[in-house]
This record gives sequence, C-alpha cells and structure tokens, in this order.
Amino acid sequence: MSILHTVNKSPFEKNSLESCLRYAKSGSAVLLIEDGIYAALAGTTFEQRVTTAMSELDFYCLASDVKARGFSSSNVMDGIKLVDYAGFVDLTVEYEKVQAWL
Amino acid sequence: MKFIIQVNEGPYQHQTADSAYQFTRAALARGHEVLRVFFYHDGVNNGTRLTSPPQDDRNIVSRWSALAAEHELDLVICVAAAHRRGILDESEMKRLDKDAYNLAPGFRISGLGQLIEGVVLADRLVVFGD
Repeated sequence: MSILHTVNKSPFEKNSLESCLRYAKSGSAVLLIEDGIYAALAGTTFEQRVTTAMSELDFYCLASDVKARGFSSSNVMDGIKLVDYAGFVDLTVEYEKVQAWL
Repeated sequence: MKFIIQVNEGPYQHQTADSAYQFTRAALARGHEVLRVFFYHDGVNNGTRLTSPPQDDRNIVSRWSALAAEHELDLVICVAAAHRRGILDESEMKRLDKDAYNLAPGFRISGLGQLIEGVVLADRLVVFGD
C-alpha cells in the first residue's frame, strides 16, 4: 500500500522524521511541512540521511513553509520536489493513505 | 474525493491550526468534498468565539466559521476534550450549570463517534497535530 507520510517537525528537534524513515516502505512518499522543511535543506547534517532514503521514497516539501522560514527553492536539496497546498491535496489523492508523524 | 480532517492542536500554538485550515481550503478549491473537520485534544480551542487576536493578526476561529458558512462545512468539536478545556455551547452551559458559553458559529459539539463515522465514510483522513 502506498502511503503519504507527513512530517511537521525539524529532525533537529524531534525524531519523528527518523521514525517515519524507519517504517516507510519503498514506493511511499514523505511530505515535509511546517518545521519539517528543515530536513529538506541542503548542507545540513541530516542531508545524507534523506539522500539515502531517496533511493526508496519520494520526497516533497511545502513551498510556502520553506518561504515562511526565510529559505527559497535554491536552499532545498536536489531531488526534493516543492509543492503548494493544491499539490499537497493532490498527493493525498495520489497515495492511498496519509500518515501524520506527530 | 471525500476528506475528513482531524485537528489535534489549538490555534496560535505552532502552525497546525493554520496548516489544517489551508489544506481544507485547498481541498475544497480542488473540487473535493470535506465531509467533516474534527477538532480533538487541544484542537477544540479552535472553536471558542471569545478568541480576540490583535487586529493585524489572523483570526483563526472566525476564519473557520467563515469557511464553514461558505461551504456548509461540518466543524465538530469533541465533547470530552471540550468540557475539559471550557468550550461549551448553550445547551451544555445549562446542563453543566455554567454562566456562559463560547462555541463559535459554524461549530457543533459532538462525540468521538463523529470522527469514526467520518473515517468510515471518507476516502482520506488527514491529521494535523503537534
């Protein structure tokens, strides 16, 4: 079953993304929202962890939450797709279930 | 597609109440049906009409009420979570012998069964919390 996993906390604050990556199955997707977008930034100590996970999971990131924190698309790692809220809705339709890691 | 949205966190805490609102609006704009928004735990604080933010700040509560009026949304507040946090409608005020009630327009107070029913009827459950 394909699942869209949403993560709204920074990996430097909580381990919810780490838990998510441990359980997410190949073919699922991770959408980073709110403070979760810090995991999408290039050049952090978490970058390698996300890069490794990318071989099995699709990564998305909410563009407005990136912008709200003073970053732009150029700060986001290659391979992570930026979506707006309409794109967020489309992802919840595309995947069979939505799992929020709170 | 039919959605049910669950909101577990109050307004003005982190960003969750805003995210849930933006998502709900986007789903409606995309032509989807939002069967219900269920407010649980501290999320019930999204439904107090006494919320009075500064004028230059968004009013998260009245924003929900306006969206409900526009789209005939079913905004449901969990009764047990609401009682604990002092969110009452008029009938609960009388029943509990309180001197005021504060439920915002467009919201109603009901039980957890409304969440379960919504999950059964909807194609997608999307949870927003902290």
